[in-house]
Amino acid sequence: MRRSVLQRALFGAVVALIALYTLFPFYWAVVTSLKTGSALFEVEPWPRAPAWRNYPQVFEQQPFFTSILNSVLVATSTVAVSLFLSVTASYALARVRFRGRAPLLLMFLGVSMFPQIAVLSGMFELIRWLGLYNRFPSMTVSYLIFTLPFTVWVLTTFMRELPKELEEAAVMDGATPWTIVTRVFLPLMGPSLVTTGLLAFIAAWNEFLFALTFTLTSEERTVPVAISLIGGGSAFELPWGVIMAASVIVTVPLIALVLAFQRRIVSGLTAGAVKG
Amino acid sequence: MDARRRARSAWLFLAPSLAVLALVAGWPLLRTFWFSLTDADLGGMEETRFVGLENYRELFSDWLWWLSVWTTFRFAIISVLLETALGLGIAMVLHARFAGRGVLRAAVLIPWAIPTVVSARMWGWMFNDVYGVVNEILLKLGIIQDALAWTADPRLALPAVIAVDVWKTTPFMTLLILAALQTLPDDVYEAAQIDGARPLRVFFRITLPLIRGPLMVAVIFRMLDALRVFDVFYVLTSNSNETLPMAGYARRKMFELQELGAGAAAASTLFAIIALFTAVYLVAARVRVEPEAT
Repeated sequence: MRRSVLQRALFGAVVALIALYTLFPFYWAVVTSLKTGSALFEVEPWPRAPAWRNYPQVFEQQPFFTSILNSVLVATSTVAVSLFLSVTASYALARVRFRGRAPLLLMFLGVSMFPQIAVLSGMFELIRWLGLYNRFPSMTVSYLIFTLPFTVWVLTTFMRELPKELEEAAVMDGATPWTIVTRVFLPLMGPSLVTTGLLAFIAAWNEFLFALTFTLTSEERTVPVAISLIGGGSAFELPWGVIMAASVIVTVPLIALVLAFQRRIVSGLTAGAVKG
Repeated sequence: MDARRRARSAWLFLAPSLAVLALVAGWPLLRTFWFSLTDADLGGMEETRFVGLENYRELFSDWLWWLSVWTTFRFAIISVLLETALGLGIAMVLHARFAGRGVLRAAVLIPWAIPTVVSARMWGWMFNDVYGVVNEILLKLGIIQDALAWTADPRLALPAVIAVDVWKTTPFMTLLILAALQTLPDDVYEAAQIDGARPLRVFFRITLPLIRGPLMVAVIFRMLDALRVFDVFYVLTSNSNETLPMAGYARRKMFELQELGAGAAAASTLFAIIALFTAVYLVAARVRVEPEAT
């Protein structure tokens, strides 16, 4: 079917509109981050005199570098623990037939949908009891509630797709399940681990409720909490230039990750959401 | 190797994960239920007393709780409807062949990756009552006469929060719908084309029924997510009464008013609501956890 010029122009306009809608807020944050003083109050497509001062100020006004470091530590350790635990768990769920497998899978899916607020008070008590209050491992421990079920579920989906023959040969040779996981499956799972780990990393990096509740001092805060608190106590207009500079700093690496791993993110998200 | 030994090693392989989940999910959940039946106070957690259903009785007679229920459900239903409509539209566009499709597909993912707190702040600035770009554009287009206080005016705050949420979560919807569209067979469409069916008719009679399953899953998934919302509201509308979601109500009781027991009652009620929705989801979407043949 040939499309008329009008139809094609219309389609192009729709595409442009979608791009504008998704990208404008980030673009506007970049523009604002380059403005100070009265320039902030002018609406213009690009600042006439770009001011970079907001960027160093993000780090001078609060220990923002420490916040970034905390976020990296929390997200990395959470992902490492989750992946480590879920490799063997997902092998059992994907490749071994045993009684109780279906309810277990449902349980993992169910826990991944837990509202965090429902465990908040019990978790707070647990964190204090473990002596982790206001320390970054409090987040590593508590984040496992949403990263672990997610990594188990997604890795199970991925592991089901590996050919059966691989395993049969190893079983014939008398290999134990442990050998099969570590020698046969693990070497093939690189891409799946990267995808799953990346998604869990983003989830941990973006978490707010636990991070807000389990930290008290600015040295222990993660990036989302730090950004939410910039300009908090002041009676004046918020320092929008600095807030936007901080937002741009933490968003650029995420955008880079998304662009670099686009295909994998898509496959991981669709695997995580259960095809009905 | 026999099946029984394999089954035993399966449980061994699962044991560490199950132990961790029991510690970070099962135990805190049970403790929350327990707190909700006591007069636990954040200041002195040692001297708690069992009070039965007293906290629930108070909760259900608190107008602010019912306001937060109303706020949360309005937010969840409107957001998910808008996301579904937008997601469907964008997925249909991305499903067509055109130059630059790959670039657009990557671009629509970006809002999904931006932390909610950051997107709330970006939009908070765009919605600024005096210097915000949203007011500026609407004024220039003549849609409004005076600048609006988007995040401060109780009537406008909820639409503002919904706008941020829709922007951030439409990519997820788009991706799931696009994945469903890509599994559809071409021959159905060829047949429809030969019959000369109009595009809109094709969409409502063929496309929509064929992707109904995955679409329902995506909708319920997002619905569950929207009902437990906390951070968008917290950052954008600074914790005001008129725009307090259920999770915000529970957290305020627990950590700002230190009434851990009362907050736990609210949190447990929210948990019950979400558990109910999850059960409906598992039944309605007929989730198959086991593939047909293993």
